[in-house]
Amino acid sequence: MRNITTIFKRELSSYFATPVAYVFIVIFLIMSGAMTFYLGGLYERGQADLNPFFQYHPWLYLFLVPAIAMRLWAEERKSGSIELLMTLPITVGQSVIGKFLAAWIFIGIALVLTFPIWITINYLGNPDNGVILAAYLGSFLMAGGFLAIGSCISALTKNQVIAFIITVVICFLFLLAGSPLVLNFFKAWIPQNIVDAISSLSFLTHYASLAKGVIDLRDIIYFVSLIGFWLYANTIIVEMKKAD
Amino acid sequence: MIKINNLSKKFGHLTAVENISFQVEPGEVLGFLGPNGAGKSTTMKMITGFLTPTGGEIEVSGFNVAKDPIEVKKRIGYLPEGAPSYGEMTPAQYLEFIAQVRQLSGQKKTDRNKVVIQQLHLDKVLNQSIDTLSKGFKRRVGLAQAILHDPEVLILDEPTDGLDPNQKFEVRELIKNIAPDKVIIISTHILSEVDAICSRAIIIADGKILADDTPEGLRSKSSSDKMDDIFREITSGAIS
Repeated sequence: MRNITTIFKRELSSYFATPVAYVFIVIFLIMSGAMTFYLGGLYERGQADLNPFFQYHPWLYLFLVPAIAMRLWAEERKSGSIELLMTLPITVGQSVIGKFLAAWIFIGIALVLTFPIWITINYLGNPDNGVILAAYLGSFLMAGGFLAIGSCISALTKNQVIAFIITVVICFLFLLAGSPLVLNFFKAWIPQNIVDAISSLSFLTHYASLAKGVIDLRDIIYFVSLIGFWLYANTIIVEMKKAD
Repeated sequence: MIKINNLSKKFGHLTAVENISFQVEPGEVLGFLGPNGAGKSTTMKMITGFLTPTGGEIEVSGFNVAKDPIEVKKRIGYLPEGAPSYGEMTPAQYLEFIAQVRQLSGQKKTDRNKVVIQQLHLDKVLNQSIDTLSKGFKRRVGLAQAILHDPEVLILDEPTDGLDPNQKFEVRELIKNIAPDKVIIISTHILSEVDAICSRAIIIADGKILADDTPEGLRSKSSSDKMDDIFREITSGAIS
């Protein structure tokens, strides 16, 4: 635990030591605002809720979370600092978790900084703040899912651009796993029950109810186990590829 | 103490290290010599637990590297080749991070910090990001990191590479000063360094140990008195 905290603190402060943190947060806030008002039509709808805001988070994360995740391991391997990290008395698992948590909390900070939109909606009407809180939680969980995938892929390569692109593609498939685009591809040659299993992996399906403020234990278990799975794979990959 | 038994490492078909065995006792400064690609760094990476050997055993201070990697890593200070670090951090932040990982705290941490900063002359660059430092300073930050927790075992991969002659001299003095109760392994290309600080030298080429002797012992094997000539003769197979 102590080692995880040490790694966590180092990683989180390294975001703020470079322009990465500020660029990310500013872009995140501008994009989420633009999507809410222009694509979501927050004003035009005339409803006091934040659906138009949360609805676009999957698409926002699709590009922004891989941009945070791509450097997690690829950069360590490229600069050689992984040799230092792996020869300190810390296990690979502790490093993986510490780095993941730092990036997740960092995204969480960006998410919290969207609070003016919450103030706005409270000023304009009387939204159900419990629903909004639940949706924030759901959005944060989904970001963790994207991030765990990205962290794992980042360990596969020294090249951050490759890590970014592959992560976007995998996240895109996970997002749309329940849609005809992905399912039709599998339907032709895979038994129906496996197709159903694939469709149940969809981020969008699991996020849809969370975004409406419905906290279903199954959705939470889905995201938590997704994160657990990808971080476990991440640990194995770091162990295998560290010295390559 | 380090015990190495029949250590081997293969990368696919390439054999980087082949069946080497040796022991290093506290108080010894062992110099690893050899041409580029001889297997020096690979051996060091296996001792520090970064690479997994294909065969053989490594024991550091009574702990097996394969079975108790964390216990071994706690006892080793390691300067990897090229002295990698986190460039966006300042040396002060970096040493703080290392101190936390090494579980130094309170007075001990303050004291050790002071000592290494003074020993490696880092006081002027403490609050400048490591990325902006010269090669010599980066190397010294790497050394500071390696000795911060006052380890029983020091593994230094080319510790004086990139330093100017004065800095080289200082680092050698530093190594000499801390040597008496420690196990130290350094790799180097600079043969005069072996004379200056090593109590023993292992010459390794193509993954095999060609010679294992004191610098004086090596000298007596050769017709010449120069370390450079001895090195060339041994690695080219003229003498053994």
